[in-house]
Amino acid sequence: MALQSLDIAKRSATTTEPPQARKTIEVAKLIDVSKCIGCKACQVACMQWNDLRDEVGTCAGTYDNPRDMTDQSWTVMRYAEVETEERGLEWLIRKDGCMHCEDPGCLKACPSPGAIIKYANGIVDFHQENCIGCGYCVSGCPFNVPRISQKDSKAYKCTLCSDRVAVGLEPACVKVCPTGSISFGSKSDMKDLAAERVAELQERGFKNAGLYDPAGVGGTHVMYVLNHADKPALYSGLPADPTIAPTVTLWKSVAKPLAMAGMAAAALGGLFHYVMKGPNEVSKEVEAEVERELEGEK
Amino acid sequence: MIRDPHDLQRYTASERANHWITGICFILLALSGLSLFHPALFPLTMLFGGGTWTRILHPFIGVVMMLFFVVMFFRFQGLNRMREADWEWVKRAREMVNGDDHNMPEMGKYNGGQKLLFWFLGVAMLVLFVSGIVIWRAYFSASFPIGVVRLGALLHAAFAALMIAAIIVHVYAAIWVRGTIRAMLYGTVTRAWAKQHHRAWYKQMTGK
Repeated sequence: MALQSLDIAKRSATTTEPPQARKTIEVAKLIDVSKCIGCKACQVACMQWNDLRDEVGTCAGTYDNPRDMTDQSWTVMRYAEVETEERGLEWLIRKDGCMHCEDPGCLKACPSPGAIIKYANGIVDFHQENCIGCGYCVSGCPFNVPRISQKDSKAYKCTLCSDRVAVGLEPACVKVCPTGSISFGSKSDMKDLAAERVAELQERGFKNAGLYDPAGVGGTHVMYVLNHADKPALYSGLPADPTIAPTVTLWKSVAKPLAMAGMAAAALGGLFHYVMKGPNEVSKEVEAEVERELEGEK
Repeated sequence: MIRDPHDLQRYTASERANHWITGICFILLALSGLSLFHPALFPLTMLFGGGTWTRILHPFIGVVMMLFFVVMFFRFQGLNRMREADWEWVKRAREMVNGDDHNMPEMGKYNGGQKLLFWFLGVAMLVLFVSGIVIWRAYFSASFPIGVVRLGALLHAAFAALMIAAIIVHVYAAIWVRGTIRAMLYGTVTRAWAKQHHRAWYKQMTGK
C-alpha cells in the first residue's frame, strides 16, 4: 500500500536517494516465544485487518493451520515438538512472518522501481501496484517469506501493518495477543524489554535464553525472545545466521555493474575500432585477381 | 535488384530466415532482459507494454529463440569444427584486428573466431535456457530448491551479459568486414570477398 506519510529509507531498483528529510524512530515488533500459547489470535487479526481470507486447508496432524504462509496468510504459527536435554519434551511455537530486515534481501533482488519500500521506521513493505510478479524477492529473502499469488502473480507478505503504524496504532497482531507475547514500540525500547525478559528466563533456568535480532541482515524489525537462542533452528527452522545469499549479492552487487560496463565496452570498442582502424574492405588486388580468373574462364 | 551472376551463394533462404527469427528473438530478449537487470534500463519495459508484460513475455520469447537456435545449431555445427588452421587464425587475430590480414591462414566457410563464437553461443544458449526455466516463477521455480533458483538467476544474468557482448562482436564483425551483411540479407557474397576472407571456401566453391 502506498503510504506517503512515512518517509522512505530504501526503494527497490532505484539508484538515487529516496525522500528522507523527515526523521522517524525505528520501530520493532518483539515476539516473546516463551509467552506464546499458540492461540492464533494474531493470525485472525491479521486476516481481519488486511481483508484476507485463505482457503480452508487440510489437517496434517499438527496445529499448523494453514500449513504455510500464502498470499492470503501473511503470518502463521509454527508448532515444533522438540526434545531438549535440559527440559525433555518442549512445544516451541513461533509466529512466522516477515522479519522486516534492516538490509532486506527482497528489496535488493527486486527489479521493479518502487515495488519494495523500506520506510525510515524500518518497515519493509511491498507495493503491489508496482510489482511485476517476477518472484526475485523470493530468491532474495533469507527467511522464505514472500508469497506470489496464484491469482494476480503479485508478491505479498506481512506489512507490519504499515497503515496502522503510520497513524500511531500498533500492528493488528500486537493488539489482539491475549498473553502479551507480542509487543510493539521503538526498536531500542523493544531491545530493553527483551533484555529484561531474557534475564527473567535465564533466572528461571533457560540459561541460553536470548534475543533474536540477526546481525547478518543488519538486524530485524521483528525480533524474537527465544528460550533457546543458541539453537534457533529448533523453532521450525529459524535460521541461525541469516544473510542475503552470496549468489544474490554476486548477482545484484557485482554482476550488475560489471556486466553493464562489459557490454558498454563491447559496443564502444566496436565504434572506436571502426573509427580508428577503418573498415576491412576487399583489397583491389584480390578484386583484380578474381577479375582475371573470370576472364580466363571465357 | 541486379546482382553479379558470378556471386557465390553463402546462405539459403531458409538459413537466412532461421537466422533472423533467432536474431529478432535475441534483440527482444536482450531489451526485455536488460530492462529487468539494471534500474537505469527499466524504462525499456515500456517497449513491451510495461513491467508485468515484460516479465510475462520474456520467457516465452526465450523458448521461441531456443527452438530456432537449436535448428540453426544443427545446421551449422558440422562447418564449425575447430581445426589446426583455426587455432592459428585465433593466434593471429590481433594482427587482423589491427588491419593487416596478410598473414592470416586460409579459412573455410568460417574462420576460427566465427567458430569459437558459434560454440560459445551454443553453451550460452544452453545455460540461459536451463537457468531461464529454473527462474520462470510462474511455472517452474517452485519445483526447485531456493539455492538452485538463486544460482539460476546469477548464471542467467552472467551468461546473458556475456552473450550480449558476444553478439555485439558478431554484429560489429559483420559491419567491419565490408560486404558481409548481404550474405545474411539476400544470401550471396562477391567472389572477391570470398577469396579475401575465406579462401579455402572460395576454392571449394569455384574450383580455383
